[in-house]
Amino acid sequence: MFWFFGHPEVYIIFLPATGMVSSIVVAFSRRPMFGYLGLVLSLISVAFLSFGLWVHHMFVTGLPQLGASFFTASSMLIAIPNGLQIFCWLATIWMGRPILRVPMLFVLGFFFIFVIGGLTGVMVASVPLDTQVHDTYFVVAHLHYVLIGGAVFPLLGAVYFWFPKVTGRLMSERLGKWHFWMALIGFNAAFFPMHILGLRGMPRRIYTYLPGVGWDDLNLFVTVGALLLFLSFAGFLWNMLASLRSGEVARDDPWDAGTLEWAVSSPPPVYNFARVPVVTGREPLWTERESLPVVAGLSVNAREILVTTVTEATPSLREASPDPSIWPFTAAIAVTIAFIASIFTPWAVVWGGALIGATLIGWFWPKALHEDEQ
Amino acid sequence: MKTRTVQDVSALPTFGYGPAASIWWGTAAFMMLEGTGFVLVAATYLYLAVVNPHWPPTGEPPGLLWSTLLTIALLASAWPNQLAKRSGERADLPATRLNLVVMSAIGFLILALRAMEFTTLNVRWDTNAYGSIVWVILGLHTTHIITDLGDTVVLAVLMFTAHGRGKRFSDVSDNAFYWYFVILTWLPLYLLLYFVPRL
Repeated sequence: MFWFFGHPEVYIIFLPATGMVSSIVVAFSRRPMFGYLGLVLSLISVAFLSFGLWVHHMFVTGLPQLGASFFTASSMLIAIPNGLQIFCWLATIWMGRPILRVPMLFVLGFFFIFVIGGLTGVMVASVPLDTQVHDTYFVVAHLHYVLIGGAVFPLLGAVYFWFPKVTGRLMSERLGKWHFWMALIGFNAAFFPMHILGLRGMPRRIYTYLPGVGWDDLNLFVTVGALLLFLSFAGFLWNMLASLRSGEVARDDPWDAGTLEWAVSSPPPVYNFARVPVVTGREPLWTERESLPVVAGLSVNAREILVTTVTEATPSLREASPDPSIWPFTAAIAVTIAFIASIFTPWAVVWGGALIGATLIGWFWPKALHEDEQ
Repeated sequence: MKTRTVQDVSALPTFGYGPAASIWWGTAAFMMLEGTGFVLVAATYLYLAVVNPHWPPTGEPPGLLWSTLLTIALLASAWPNQLAKRSGERADLPATRLNLVVMSAIGFLILALRAMEFTTLNVRWDTNAYGSIVWVILGLHTTHIITDLGDTVVLAVLMFTAHGRGKRFSDVSDNAFYWYFVILTWLPLYLLLYFVPRL
């Protein structure tokens, strides 16, 4: 049961990273995404397939042969959409004019590490190989290549990428390059030898071992690598804090990226956009270099949102939006009371339901006449 | 970044009907969710019916009188429901008020029939798995009746206040839309609960 949750969880960690990578790759390749539709469809199929391969964590528990075959096949199958994504990103960079700023370096590091993790993943998807390396350092190496490569490196790139938008100041490019190279070398030094240690039979989850079994030198090397990785993160933290105080002031669009967040000031105003932008492409700031096309006509003295048609996004309504209200909070309190009380008496479902209903009616009751205006 | 106005939306209406209103999509999504819930409980019922040698295990199927009266009342309510929907779409305030009061009364009548129906199930919820699933299915459908009745009563009161205008007419139409879901989901459940045990 743990792995029914645990395996999709790995992909839940990974999926936001693919969005970050896609944003950074497009911004620094100076061209739209290659194979956008294929990329989106493969993301969806990864999300779907991730629920059907968790049993590969339990290959040595004595599964029926059909189960082992099925979950080997599904585990190998997920490499296809993941590979397709990697090829889409590589093709985007290949056909663009790539600029190697720090966020892009972390994305390139992600390709390098994650592809190795993916390859060892295809290896351990096969039952005989998995039986051999089960509970050894090979698996520790594999999971760190997938998760540090797949989630941490894109996340670090994303911090460098959006830091100026969030804080109004750029992070130091020089320190960032130091961080990237130290992290890349430190990570590989720390985790690559674990593949070999695992193949030499070193089990997982041990804190010590007898000398002379042939693991000593590589483990010393791993420790040095981990230290380097740690130092790179100390530099990263220092870079963040120093840049927050005295980093270079960021323009609205310091990377010349094409998506909407770069049209507002850095940091953005609380209302984001004074007027709703009209978007004609996936990188609207590249198609509209001089000025941003916007919609006028929404009320300036009451909250209104623009409702559009579903597929064409043609504006169809100016709908009133509610003002701040305490009612949702009271509804949350009522739900809490009803749920906790229902542990002690089933009647709490009845009177709790009435209580929740009362708070919901209070919530939805119109507060101001402009909310139901003609 | 500088902006230039390319479109003026000040002439757009502030509310719409059916798929033009965001509430309609919320209602449709809610129907999908709850419809899935009904499919799940019906599948559970059928599974239990298949694995048990006798169905119902108690030997006595639930009574037909109140459930059939309720089914007839539900089907008949489609007509005033459609009137309420149309009066909302015409933004006809007097007719909407009348139809919502009528639909509230019908809702209470149906709830009373449902209460009688619960007394003739011939099984308690804690007797066996059959009793549990029958009570769950009937309880789930009753929750929907109560939800829509609550909505109808609140809207009926609302239409007699200063808020009885504009967007609220669209809400009347969506509320009627949801009542159709309550009617339509009941028909297969009625066959399942009352005629599968008589097969």
